[in-house]
Amino acid sequence: MPGTMDEIPITPINTVNSTVVKTGGWRAFRPICDTEKCIKCWSCWKFCPDVSIAISENGPVYDYDHCKGCGICANVCPVKCIEMIPENK
Amino acid sequence: MVKELLTGNKATAYGAMLARAQVIPAYPITPQTTIVERIADLISEGRMEAKFVKVESEHSAMAAAVAACNTGARAFTATSSHGLALMHEVLMWAAGARTPVVVVNVNRAMGPPWSVWADHQDAMAERDTGIIQFWCENNQEILDTVIMAHKVAEDPDIMLPALINQDAFFLSHTSEPVDVPDQEMVDRFLPPFNPKEKLDVDDPKGFGSLVMPPQYMEFRAKMAKSMDMARDLIRKVDREWEELTGRSYGGMMDMYRCDDAEFILFGAGTMMSTAKDVVDDMRNEGRKVGIARLRILRPFPFEEVRYLADRVKAIGVMDRTYTFGQGGPLYNEVNAQLYNHTNPPFTKNYVIGVGGRDVIPRHIRSLFDDLEKVQENGYGEEGEIHWWGLLDGSTPKEEM
Repeated sequence: MPGTMDEIPITPINTVNSTVVKTGGWRAFRPICDTEKCIKCWSCWKFCPDVSIAISENGPVYDYDHCKGCGICANVCPVKCIEMIPENK
Repeated sequence: MVKELLTGNKATAYGAMLARAQVIPAYPITPQTTIVERIADLISEGRMEAKFVKVESEHSAMAAAVAACNTGARAFTATSSHGLALMHEVLMWAAGARTPVVVVNVNRAMGPPWSVWADHQDAMAERDTGIIQFWCENNQEILDTVIMAHKVAEDPDIMLPALINQDAFFLSHTSEPVDVPDQEMVDRFLPPFNPKEKLDVDDPKGFGSLVMPPQYMEFRAKMAKSMDMARDLIRKVDREWEELTGRSYGGMMDMYRCDDAEFILFGAGTMMSTAKDVVDDMRNEGRKVGIARLRILRPFPFEEVRYLADRVKAIGVMDRTYTFGQGGPLYNEVNAQLYNHTNPPFTKNYVIGVGGRDVIPRHIRSLFDDLEKVQENGYGEEGEIHWWGLLDGSTPKEEM
């Protein structure tokens, strides 16, 4: 953190890349995909607001370091193969 | 240089064209609409190289302008009254993000009661946003100011948005002869916008993101410092413009026949042009009167106010709006500078011309007469804040 007025830039910008800042700890519910039922439509991938879903042959792969557990993927899934499991279980 | 007959709105569009504004997100509102129309024309005619962005509201217009500025593009927009009020949140953002968007505001009354006529409520309500405020009295000044405002706002030490004010209809829809400067001369005066920090996909950064309490205060203090530094830059840019065009707007404040004046009226916008004419007549009669016209509201011209305070017996402050519960806004601003001043002059507030009501030469003369009288005998029944010309009998009938 800059210590003096002179070290602070005039424009408020954040140079720390978001891949470094782990926001997965905010999550209360964890999305789990039943890849047997998954039809690979990639609605979850398209709608994820945090870019936390990657595409794979077997179905969605979650980046749990950044997924905040919003549940949008589970909500948009047409075959309801994504379940939101409480993190404290 | 070509002399053309231009309305305030056309002068605004020409100013944006000559300043080489690159992105124009705008939403139409009376009486600003013809600015948007004229800029769209200039782009379609190929006279202006800019991206015109049709947006769904003024809030979006300002948001798009801020984003354009973040990419390093010169952004310009225009609005009025309720449109400016809708921009309020993003004016704060533009200032905090240090994006020097230039906005022309056609001063119009706030409703209800619904009104489209000249009134300064809209801009006065934006005093605290961190936006530099210029005020104009004629169409030439509007065109020149659009160019000058970009230069001030985009300076690496300043990097704050700028608001340029012009009175509804009295300027926006009234034609006046305006010198349109050569593009080549304007290019020499105003270099391309080149901010230090830009949006860059190859070097991603978060713009305007979260800071913790140990840093937020420093960012705001830096804004305050830049705003204070703008005073000297505005004076310098005004001098540079004068060298190129022969036209000066007084730097931080437009003082007219103030040098040996004893009684001064201070105010903003077109009514001060009328007042200057009246001062000429009264000077011929031997009255020591002068006009101080608001040129810059933010940063406030405190040195200029104190300069006048050292010389005059009384300052009458004309406000074309009101701050409910606390007098006219300019009256507050002037008095705030005088409290710690040695032997401050007498001041009185005249709320006048609200909602586009005409301010004519007879009114200006009456204000000077009243100011001389109350300076001698103290505030009369009306007190220190006088709503001049109100239909309540407080203003002598022959002076309405």
